[in-house]
Amino acid sequence: MKPAPFAYYQPDSIEETTSLLAEHGDDAKILAGGQSLIPMMNLRLAQPAALIDISKVPGIANAEVNGEIRIGTMSRQANVLDSPEIQGAAPLIPEALKWVGHAANRNRGTFGGSIAHADAAAELPAVLLALSGEVVAKSVSGERRIGADDFFESYLTTALSSDELLCEVLIPIPAPDTIWGFTEFARRHGDFALAGVAFTAQLSDGKISAAKIALLGVADRAIRAVNAENALNGQSIPDPATCREIGSLAAVELDPPFDQHGSSEYRKDLAATLVSRVIDQAFEERKIS
Amino acid sequence: MSTKPVEGLQAISVTVNGEDYTALAEPRMLLSDFLRHECGLTGTHVGCEQGVCGACTVRVDGAIVRSCLTFAISVAGSKIDTVEGMAKANELHPVQAAFQEEHGLQCGFCTPGFLLTVQDLLEKIPSPTDQEIREHLSGNVCRCTGYQGIMAAVRSAAQKMQT
Ligand code: FES
Ligand code: FES
Repeated sequence: MKPAPFAYYQPDSIEETTSLLAEHGDDAKILAGGQSLIPMMNLRLAQPAALIDISKVPGIANAEVNGEIRIGTMSRQANVLDSPEIQGAAPLIPEALKWVGHAANRNRGTFGGSIAHADAAAELPAVLLALSGEVVAKSVSGERRIGADDFFESYLTTALSSDELLCEVLIPIPAPDTIWGFTEFARRHGDFALAGVAFTAQLSDGKISAAKIALLGVADRAIRAVNAENALNGQSIPDPATCREIGSLAAVELDPPFDQHGSSEYRKDLAATLVSRVIDQAFEERKIS
Repeated sequence: MSTKPVEGLQAISVTVNGEDYTALAEPRMLLSDFLRHECGLTGTHVGCEQGVCGACTVRVDGAIVRSCLTFAISVAGSKIDTVEGMAKANELHPVQAAFQEEHGLQCGFCTPGFLLTVQDLLEKIPSPTDQEIREHLSGNVCRCTGYQGIMAAVRSAAQKMQT
């Protein structure tokens, strides 16, 4: 189908964008790369009266490492994936980006757009949780930072209010002793995952701390498996049996959504297996290096 | 353009396969429809119109994109490549020749999207592994060839383009 008519805006600055948001509120949608919004508009699941295309706003499409990782909201996923700077600072980010859609989607899809859209099965929200990132939101009344744990609220719903623009994603550079991993399972590479997990932890003097296990595809949003994280903290490098226990613990309280691609029970089992696998592999790689 | 709304028909200009096109279109017109209906270039096919099948793949400033997930007005001024630009004079592009020789198509509906995606892959990775081919083509769906012919065509095209 074709999108319903809308008034199209192409602001030249963040100030113009936020004043448009203040004026139109809930009637407006921000268009970044369009890889989630345009399908919804084609299917008429979304019919915004005003579409605010931010692709010509200067200064919001750079990804740089400068004391911290700063990714402008309009940064194309393909550019972040190919950035040697980001690869050097936090290899978890490009590893997860490889799973985002297909090459043609990543060429248009943006880093900030995926996070603001907050699809429960998307990779980047889980990455933001696992790396303790935050987003910078701007509106006509000012600017605020929102931490990952407070940002994702429910199905396609975030802490952003209707007059706020997600301008930038900030991620602290992981410490050198950070262990990390990412994996997911989809029927076809690039399709929405049935379940997936982003994992980080610190390993110093053989002890694990600050474990973050962020799951995707198994709830109404990306979520952390806090009980499993706590069980992992304080341990030494886990053996395969311990990894399986942590995996079960991460999945036990889940009540995943179901559809024709997989039942709720299946997704739950899958989440347990993927958590176990990602932790096992993350430490396995560390033992080799 | 700033904070003024754009509504109704607009003059939109793009360069397609090296030629300039200007046509009137509403902001809601998808690039796929702009190419087919306004530029008369019907080589770009529209399968699902929701970003699933890859039939509508074109290149915008060199990058492959799904033209059904792009508004024409957002890419005004860009250089666009479609399947019509691949063959030079009467000579098929090596990727096209390989698809023909290796039975990489039957009905041809998906083929324009595949051809541009394969061309993009081989520019980035001149001799891809099977895994790299499968991953790069994962966003393109074919209902009839069965993919093995397509895989063979990509391997053959990679060889042709190196010699
Ligand atoms: S028509 Fe665009 S992806 Fe199917
Ligand atoms: S050749 Fe018929 S759909 Fe691919």
